[in-house]
Amino acid sequence: MKRTLKCRRISRGKAKGQVIVTSEPISFLGGVDPATGRVIDREHELYQQNLKDKILVIPSGKGSTVGSYVIYQMAKNQTAPRGIVAMEAEPIIATGAIMAGVPMVDHPEVDILSILKNGDLMELDADSEIIKIINKQFY
Amino acid sequence: MYQGDYGPAVEKSMEILVALGDIYQAEKMVEISSAQISGVSYKTIGDAGLEFLEEMAQTARVRVPSTLNPAGVDLDHWEELGFSREFTERQLRIVSAYQKMGITTTCTCTPYLASNLPTLGSHLAWSESSAVCYVNSVIGARSNREGGPGALSAAICGRTPLYGYHLESNRKASLVVEVETNLRGADYGALGYLVGKVVGGGVPYFQVPGKPGPNDLKSLGAALASSGAVALYHVQDVTPEYHLAMRGLEVGDVDLMTVEESDVKDAREKLSSSTRKPDLVCLGCPHASLDEVSKIASFLNGKTLKNDLWICTSILVKAAADRMGYTEIIEKAGGRIVTDTCMVVAPIEELEYQVIGVNSAKAANYVPSMCGLEVVYDDLENLLYFK
Repeated sequence: MKRTLKCRRISRGKAKGQVIVTSEPISFLGGVDPATGRVIDREHELYQQNLKDKILVIPSGKGSTVGSYVIYQMAKNQTAPRGIVAMEAEPIIATGAIMAGVPMVDHPEVDILSILKNGDLMELDADSEIIKIINKQFY
Repeated sequence: MYQGDYGPAVEKSMEILVALGDIYQAEKMVEISSAQISGVSYKTIGDAGLEFLEEMAQTARVRVPSTLNPAGVDLDHWEELGFSREFTERQLRIVSAYQKMGITTTCTCTPYLASNLPTLGSHLAWSESSAVCYVNSVIGARSNREGGPGALSAAICGRTPLYGYHLESNRKASLVVEVETNLRGADYGALGYLVGKVVGGGVPYFQVPGKPGPNDLKSLGAALASSGAVALYHVQDVTPEYHLAMRGLEVGDVDLMTVEESDVKDAREKLSSSTRKPDLVCLGCPHASLDEVSKIASFLNGKTLKNDLWICTSILVKAAADRMGYTEIIEKAGGRIVTDTCMVVAPIEELEYQVIGVNSAKAANYVPSMCGLEVVYDDLENLLYFK
């Protein structure tokens, strides 16, 4: 089953990959190790999970503006997520995604945090302002 | 610009501005007359920032006069001050990348005292929260609190999304602060610290006895911007837009707060994390004006200091202090004028100090968390000890 949802473009581009989803806002500065892509914030529910090559789905970002540079460094190190979907984008992650060339959208038309599970496949097309969710369990 | 007709750096910068405009629901862009860019100290932006800036510097050039925030070291005297070569080399590469983009490397948090002085009502893209607070409030210019990449993008495109403090409607008071005690010296920072905690991102409107001067307003704004997220404040009969701050507001639109002598005293005490004598005293947060340097020099004249002393300022103020003989008086007493950096963004934890004395509430707020050192907050007369 495929479900197509409208959303808003933040950072241009297209990506496809496995979803990693969290209901907690994330800080890249101090929260994610740019060398590996692993979440290192012990308080975060994604602690020790890896964001590399995933489509990261988050409610929003938080923390220091230096977080933007961390996303850029992850892209340089090839540890960045392939794409980012936020319920509500904020400047730190939005700016970082553009600096890093990581496609990003926000405002999906439904609350996807409650329907997505880790490992679901997603196609993100920021240029056309749509995402397609492909639930693995239907294969 | 968004389509890439002006090259990849402009394209990426405009993409950032458009995204910020969407997030904050701006209707359009507005041309800016200057930019102030943060994200300079290697201590804060690290290798990630260094790599990004070197890549941008290959093609990007700024379209408006732009100045730079403090760096992590004194660019000329880092070795004498004890900063490591490894840190300094990376720091100098960051500053060079900005210079290549056409940004003036004055490296100061008080650009309005160092050639970047806006006019009333002009639109800006400034980062550095204390400087934003100063130019919005004391000058009446219009800037949001930009992050480093946002301000750089605006400088490269010469425009910024029109929202927030660029709009008259967002410059109204949200909290009236009646101050019922006379204020002097470090009281202004303490007042800013306690009001910032209450008002958060709102706009405080102060009624204070007497007429605070530019140095007092600099301290007040820096404290408001660091304990809260204040970008604009008004002082009745002092700042240029105070008469517009209440216009059109109804009773109930603003809260009221009263500040007594004991509140200021409590705030001063809370800002110290230690009662020990400071081994290093850092003045000039935000960077000292020539007038402040002059006052410190007359206080030190003919004496010999027990503690180490740094007075942080810009190279422009330092040059004038040299000519006026202030630098010589300060150095004879055992102090130093340090340029381009400050106690918040320099890696002072690398040096062998334990307790830092400051007369800035902003510095008192940040030094314990950013440097892991203890801090004493007081007027400079009480921080300095003599042989």
